[in-house]
Order: sequence, then structure tokens, then C-alpha cells
Amino acid sequence: MSMVQSKRDRGLIGLRYVVLVVLAVFFLLPFYVIVRNAFSDNSTIVAARWQWIPEKFDFSVLQRLFADEQLGILKALGNSAVVSVLQTSLTVFVALLAGYALSRLDNVVGKILTSLTLFTLMVPAAVTFLPTFVMTAQFGWIDSIRGLVIPVMFSAFATYLFRQTFLNFPRELEEAAAIDGANPWTTFWRVVVPNSMGIIGAVGTITFIGSWNAFLWPLLISRSQTPTIQIVLSQFMTSQGVKYPELFAGALVAIVPVVLVFLFLQRFLVQGVETSGIK
Amino acid sequence: MSQGSATVRGTSASSPAGRTPSLWRRMRGPQGRNLWYAAFAAPFIIGLLVFVYIPIGWSTYLSFFEARATIRPTKFVGLDNYTYLLSDPIFRSSLVTFMIFALFIVPVTYVCSLGLALLLNGVRWGQAFFRSVFFIPTAVSYVVAAMVWRLSFFNGARFGLANSMLRQFGGENKAWLLGGDNYWYWFVVISLRLWLQVGFYMILIIAGLNRIPFETYEAAAIDGATGWKRLLYVTLPQLRTTTVAVLMLLLIGAFQAFDEFLNLFGGIGTYPNFARPPLVHLYLISLGGSQQDLGLGGAGTIIVTGLIVLFGLAQTWLVNRSERKERR
Repeated sequence: MSMVQSKRDRGLIGLRYVVLVVLAVFFLLPFYVIVRNAFSDNSTIVAARWQWIPEKFDFSVLQRLFADEQLGILKALGNSAVVSVLQTSLTVFVALLAGYALSRLDNVVGKILTSLTLFTLMVPAAVTFLPTFVMTAQFGWIDSIRGLVIPVMFSAFATYLFRQTFLNFPRELEEAAAIDGANPWTTFWRVVVPNSMGIIGAVGTITFIGSWNAFLWPLLISRSQTPTIQIVLSQFMTSQGVKYPELFAGALVAIVPVVLVFLFLQRFLVQGVETSGIK
Repeated sequence: MSQGSATVRGTSASSPAGRTPSLWRRMRGPQGRNLWYAAFAAPFIIGLLVFVYIPIGWSTYLSFFEARATIRPTKFVGLDNYTYLLSDPIFRSSLVTFMIFALFIVPVTYVCSLGLALLLNGVRWGQAFFRSVFFIPTAVSYVVAAMVWRLSFFNGARFGLANSMLRQFGGENKAWLLGGDNYWYWFVVISLRLWLQVGFYMILIIAGLNRIPFETYEAAAIDGATGWKRLLYVTLPQLRTTTVAVLMLLLIGAFQAFDEFLNLFGGIGTYPNFARPPLVHLYLISLGGSQQDLGLGGAGTIIVTGLIVLFGLAQTWLVNRSERKERR
């Protein structure tokens, strides 16, 4: 009886692995297609019969891609890097302080500020892109790095996540520091922040990925001076006489940094989700 | 009783005149701590005001004017912008597009994420590897995904992967993204978003599953609940708060749909009349053309924002109601 049971269990586990492997193949397929298209020549890509392993490889594409001055992929990568790093550090800094304050202000002011944050959480920035764009244009920030960063760096999502985490932070630690004469600023940086690196890593990773991959905001703000990599790829994709290998090599170059960041930091994301307010 | 008098004594000690402390003293908190906290929150709140609240207010104002390429309009038109939009068949069909999109993407993503989470929780060997595989598309942008889907997977020409496979099994080429009488573009849109975000929600659900105490499962097993019964009567009820959060995030995400649509369907300065979710339509009518129509765009923003708030309130109400029912 128990033998039969365990055989059936083993069969179920085997079935699970079969399903997992099939799904994994599907999930990895787009990555494979990007690599295949980047390193094949054009005739392979437009051949009537789909070639899983291209008959003709072509590795000169990266060289051509970076040499193409009109496309300006290096400049776009540079812009994206500057914007993402700036936006990530500023968002985390601003949201950390605000999230801590919202978790400790337990009077009517705290309530009002928290509702302002919650409303923005429900109505995300993308929905109000037009008013924000009009404001940014008023400041004369079109086609500038600050125009790409500052209007979108006040993240209600990040602030809310920090607030939820700090609500569970043991106050005894802060009180001990206060008795030692530390003011809230010192207490925050010496006691609270060092004990919250997990959630900081999680919010930082999410913000970096979101910023690197952003499309709508740069589409509104970027012109010739500050195109980001997503804008360049999008325009390249719809341009006349598109060259497939260059295009997909561009996509490959665009996803490598963010996939690397992601692979190294995904444990923060997983831990962050477990400790934060999303329950 | 004695505790009460102790409090009174404490209060009178802090304010020598014997009055209750002034509002200002109470607001600033012990050692002025609340002032520090207010200063901490200030940059964020100022940012929200300048880049969210004031612009929304301004847009509301603009929406009652004819504001073409100006933000200081002079011609008051009342509700004309609103009536124009609400009677515009393309705007109305964009709201329908959003409804269809949300009706598919929200439940399908939830079910797939839950399925993946349960599948992963049941295996030990290779769990971290498979989790990474499903999670990694989260790092890819909608632009790059749209590129793969539009130019390789669902290319309407014969060299697209989907068309190659169809022909191999005796089918014919499909024009996936052309629209018209052909609704296959929904398959393209849904599968793309599913690939990109299912891993993220899977992680949220795994975290929720890990919070269910092991004893609950043991108790259920003793009562003979296994397989589907366990899922229905133990796992799903225990996962309720996670489910609510995930569904809310998915709905908000569906409202924001923009990137993949513009990159799947857009050409050089052109966009078809179908497959236009509200944000895409707003972008095209207010900024996409040669002339910026900010009054119309403002009205559209107010309508879409109102819709989100309505949906959000409806969902909160539903959740609260079912929670009350459960308690009874």
C-alpha cells in the first residue's frame, strides 16, 4: 500500500518537473530569439523556414552597432545609465526619509500626509503624465537629464513600502539612541538605516529596473540631446528599412546590464517582498 | 483611579502654569521630534505637490478651456471638452479596449502566477533555478519584448515563428497585428504582458504561501483534505490578503498599459484606430499630433483618473464587505 502511494507520489513529482522544464523553455525562448537574431545575418532571419540554429552566423554586428553614429547607441546607453543611477539614489533617499517620517508621525498631520501618498499610489504617475508633462515643460526641462529624473523620482510606492517596513521596526532601539542624546536624524542614519538594508536593496532594484526600462516619460521629455536606450530602440524598430541583426543586437545590449543587476540583487527582492507591506 | 491622577500630575509638571499644553506643544511632540519627522517628509511631499497634485489641479482648470498649445487659455468652453470626448467613438472604444484588456489580463495573470507558485513550492531540487527563470523576464523592458513579439514571434510575414509553426501543422499565415475583423492581436498583447509580469506576482504569491503556518496543512491533512480540496479550503482562504493586493496591483497596472501597445502597433507618426487603451489615446490626441490640445488631454486625464478611483473604491468596498461576512 505505502509502496504504491510513494510510486504515485514520485510520478507526480516527475510530472511537475516535466511541466517546469516545458514552461522554462517557453520563458527563455524570447532571450534565445534575441541572441539568435543578433548574431545571424539578415537572410537567415527572413528565411521562410524558421532556423533554430542559424546556417550563417555573423558576429560583426556588435562592431557595426557601436560604430553607427546616426543611431548613437553609446550615447543612449550613457544617458540611460546616468538617469537610472540618479533616479534610483534620489528616489531611495527621498522615500526612505518620508517613509520613516510617515511611520512615526502619529498625529493628524501624519494622517493627512499618508492619505496624500496613498492616493498617488492608486493613481500612478503614468495616468497623470499629461499634467506632469505640462509642469515640466513650464520649468524648461524638456530634453534634459533633470527633466527625465526629477518629476518621476517622488515614488509613492517606495515611500509606502518603507513606511510599512518601519512600522514593524522595534522602537526600543530608537529610544535607546534618543536617551543617549542622539537627535532623530542621527538615530535614523545610525540605527534605522543599517538595520533595513534588505528593503533598501529591494526598492533600489525595483526603481533601477523601472527607470532603465521606462518608455512613456522619456518619450515625452527626450529630444535629440537626451535619448535613452529604450527610445532609440523603439524608433529604430519602426524606422524604414529596419536591419534586424543590428536591432536585436541593440536589444541584447540594452538588457544585459539590467539582467545582471537583477541576477545579483533578486534575493533582496524576494526577501523584501517577505518583510514589506505586500501581504 | 490612581493611574488617572498620575497622568494629570504628569501633565501639570510639563506645563508649569497648570493649563493643558498648547496645540503647538502637542504637535511638535516630545523633544520636538515631530518637527524632525515633518522635515524628513518635506522633500517627498513637496515633490508630490509640485509634480502630481498641482499639475492635476491645473489640468482640471485647463479641461474647461480651449487650450491648444497654451497653458494660459482665455476661451472658456465649459464642459465641451468632456462632451466631445465622451461622444468620440474612438475614445469610447478605448475604454472598451481597457475593459477587455483588464478582464483578460487580471484573472489570467493571477491564475498563472498562482499556478507557478504552487508548482514551485512542490519541488525541492532546482527550485531556485526555476524561480529565477520565471522571474527574469521582469527585468526586460516592454520595448524589447514588443520587438521580439512584433518582429519575430508574431510577424505577419511568413518568417515569423508563429506563422512558421502554423504552416508546419498545415495552417496558414496569420496577420497577427493587423486588426480589422481579426482579433488575434489580443493574443499577442496578452501573451507579451503575461511573460513580462507573471514572475513578479509569482514571487508575491510565494511569499504569501510561505506565511501559511505548516500546522494548518497538518490539521487539514488529518481531516482528509488533500489536492484540490486543500487548495480550495486551506490555501486560497489563507492567501486572501495576498490575493487582494495582487489583484489591485494588476488592475492599476492594466490602467497604465501604454508601452507595449505603442511599440506593437505604432508606426512612424501613425497608430491604428483599434487597440488603443485610454493612455495611448490620450497621448495621441493631446501630444501626438502637430498641435497640443491640452484642454482635451486634461479632460481625458480627469475621466481616466476618476475611473481608477471608482474602480479602487469599488474593490475596497467589495473586500470590506466580504471580510465582514467572513467575521459573522
